[in-house]
Amino acid sequence: MTPDQAAIGKTYEPFEYEAGREKIREYAQAVGEEAQVHHDREAAKAAGFRDIVAPPMFCVVYSSGALGPAILDPELGIDLARMVHGGQEFVWSEPVCAGDTLTTTASLKEAYDKDDKGFFVFESHSVNQEGREVVRGTWTNIVRGGS
Amino acid sequence: MNEGDSIPELKVTPDKYLPHRYAGASGDFNPIHIDPQFAESVGLPGNILHGLYGMALVARAATAASGGDPRSLRRLSVQFRGMGVPEQEITVLGTVREADTDGGRLLVETEAEQAGNQIIRNAEAELQT
Repeated sequence: MTPDQAAIGKTYEPFEYEAGREKIREYAQAVGEEAQVHHDREAAKAAGFRDIVAPPMFCVVYSSGALGPAILDPELGIDLARMVHGGQEFVWSEPVCAGDTLTTTASLKEAYDKDDKGFFVFESHSVNQEGREVVRGTWTNIVRGGS
Repeated sequence: MNEGDSIPELKVTPDKYLPHRYAGASGDFNPIHIDPQFAESVGLPGNILHGLYGMALVARAATAASGGDPRSLRRLSVQFRGMGVPEQEITVLGTVREADTDGGRLLVETEAEQAGNQIIRNAEAELQT
């Protein structure tokens, strides 16, 4: 069963996230990012950042909120119990520092069946409070047993 | 670094409660990551690591290879494969595929494995120092 092609390009409600200093520290600690620029404000400023800087992969924290409504969209009919995260790409631009407000917009880029699996590829685009791009994501979700 | 060089290996053994801390830090509380009984009820060996945690380890290893500045990681793409589990060592390995002599641009191919299982494969990192 081929996923409904009419939904390709569908764009979802933007998701806004304020990057807090303790949240960045908590994330950095969980993934073992020990560099002082992720924990200490003075070290971050000395390295040229406005405030402590988020590790690049912190992007999942502020952008995934935009993906939820897309994955749960009844029009796509994704069966969550059979869905796995197959692949991921991020392309980073401006670094994210504590105090930044990030706005992420997600859209459906591709949907197709292959080898009895349904592939749903979403794109996300995140900008900071100055409107500058911080990251673009490509999220590939695979539904076992076709879509 | 030059073309063909291996990047320094990153070895990490996530402890029993790492998936819980990562769930809190990331906001992903899918019970397959934090509830061993639930995970077993859906056919998994036990609670499994978040795939994006594994990707974060690959990001760490790649960034460290270019000197550790978080701004150096420009792009990272991965495929998630076998499931990672807590309390077993993960190794991130990588090889430099392309290296600019002047601009400091590196293209690194990496993977993460645990007990002989590839948990992340075909990972490609683009770094600019």
